[in-house]
Order: sequence, then C-alpha cells, then structure tokens
Amino acid sequence: MKINIFFFIIYIFITSTAHSSNNQTKLLEVYKNLRCLVCQGQSIADSNSDFAATIKLVVQDQFNDGKTEVEIYKFLTSKYGEWIVYQPAFNKNNFLLWILPYAVLIFGGFIIFLLVRKTKHNKVN
Amino acid sequence: MKINILKIIIFSFVIFFLCVFWVGLKKTKNYDTKTLIGSRISNFQLTEINNVDQYISEEDLKKNKFTLINFFASWCAPCRAEHKYLLNLSSKGKKIKIIGINFKDKKNNAINFLKELGNPYNFVGMDLKGKFSILFGIYGIPESILIDNNLIIIKKFVGPIDQTHYNEILKLIQ
Repeated sequence: MKINIFFFIIYIFITSTAHSSNNQTKLLEVYKNLRCLVCQGQSIADSNSDFAATIKLVVQDQFNDGKTEVEIYKFLTSKYGEWIVYQPAFNKNNFLLWILPYAVLIFGGFIIFLLVRKTKHNKVN
Repeated sequence: MKINILKIIIFSFVIFFLCVFWVGLKKTKNYDTKTLIGSRISNFQLTEINNVDQYISEEDLKKNKFTLINFFASWCAPCRAEHKYLLNLSSKGKKIKIIGINFKDKKNNAINFLKELGNPYNFVGMDLKGKFSILFGIYGIPESILIDNNLIIIKKFVGPIDQTHYNEILKLIQ
C-alpha cells in the first residue's frame, strides 16, 4: 500500500513537472516572436528591459487564462500594431514578403531546368 | 532567343530586388502609435491610490467629454517636466478630465510627488506591475492618451507633454 502511494506521488510530481516545462517552452516561443519596442534588435525573450518584463507578465496571465498563441498576438497587435510581432499575419501590405521566397524558388528551379535542358541539347548536337 | 528572354527575366529580377532594398532602406522602422488613433480603449478597472475600495472603469470615462489618461511615476524625471502643463490643463474645468495612472511606483513616493508638485488628476490609479500600461499600448513613461466620450483615442503623446502638446490638446478639446 505504502509503495503504491509512493509511486503515485512520484507520478504526480513527474507529470506536473513535465506539464510546467511544456508551458514554459510554449511561453518562450511566444516571447521569441515578440519584438521589444524599446530595445535594439532584441526580442522580448532576450530583453531584460522594463517593457519586456511587463509584456512577459501580461503574456503569462493571458496564457494562464487559456488564451491561444494567436489570440495573444492579436491582443498585442491591437495595442502596439504589427510591429510588435516578428512574424506578421499575411495581409495586402506584406504579401510579397510571404510569396517572394516561393516565387524565387520556383523561378530558380525553372532556370536550372532550362540550363540542364540546354546543356543536354548541346551535347546531343 | 530563349537565352535573351532568360537574360531579360534575370535582369528584371535584379532590378526588382534593388528597388525593394532601396525602398526598405529609405523606410523608417521606428515604432509609432499612428495605428492606435481612432481605436477604442480596452475595458479596465483601476483602483484608487488612496482607497482600494474606490474604482474607476471605462464606463466612468464616458461621462467626460474628453479625458487625458496620463501615465506617470515619482521616479520619472520627464514626468516632473510635464507636470506644470497637466496642472494648467486641470484648470480648464469641465472640458477635460485628467486620469493619472501611477506606473510601477511606491504608493508613498507617488503621494509625496503629488503633494510636492500639486495634483492635476481627477482620479489617480495604481498600476503596480505595469499590466494596465499594456492595455493602453504604453511602452515607456510619461505617455498620455487623449480620448473622447466614446472612448476613442484621439491622440497619443509619447514622452513628456510640452508647450506644443499643450496647445494641441487645447485645440482638440475646443
């Protein structure tokens, strides 16, 4: 009986620790995608500024209230604009930023295809 | 012929990228609060500095024609510089009400600060951890937000209020 209680306590301890570390990882991911507005090129995760500390508190609160990552970004964007998130949402102002890498990839592939075809054609001739 | 088309496409891409970089370099990347103008402030409930049983919420602000929400602290030197303008604004009576939000400060220090320089505020609230400041899109103090009775942000002043800001506020509340 005592052994069962002992293993039960161990189980509760391990699961709660794992849960807490999982939450910390998720929070860190959110902090990393938020820009510190008063710092030079630092994210909220990297910064120890007063502003970053306050944002961390607010994000933690919202996270504990069950808000999703997207909801947290939406809230902060409504207060500070798109500038606060490193990965802005897809919209008419930044669609090129999202589409261009894929366009360049396809274009590069097309050029390689043309060059390979041309080399083969030259060899045959 | 095919190669010529290829050259034209590559050349166009190079020109396009140069243009993108040129525009990118010319653009200022500083954070500004322009996007907040015209938006509604969040719902909130703020405790009075001297009386924890006394609250103010966004509903109370609807009664004022204009409200200036000012974030201040006793440890903030520029807050001292703007204080005289806030005192002048408070003398404008019914036209504008001023709400002070004491930011990450010690209660006694804040009370002494207001005793020393005068109290321009119709209500002084406490924001011990700074969480309220995020609701108002604040990223440093002093900052002030001018709202109307529909709780719409008319103007946001980042940094201390000076003579120009003071004149601007007077013009806006006319």
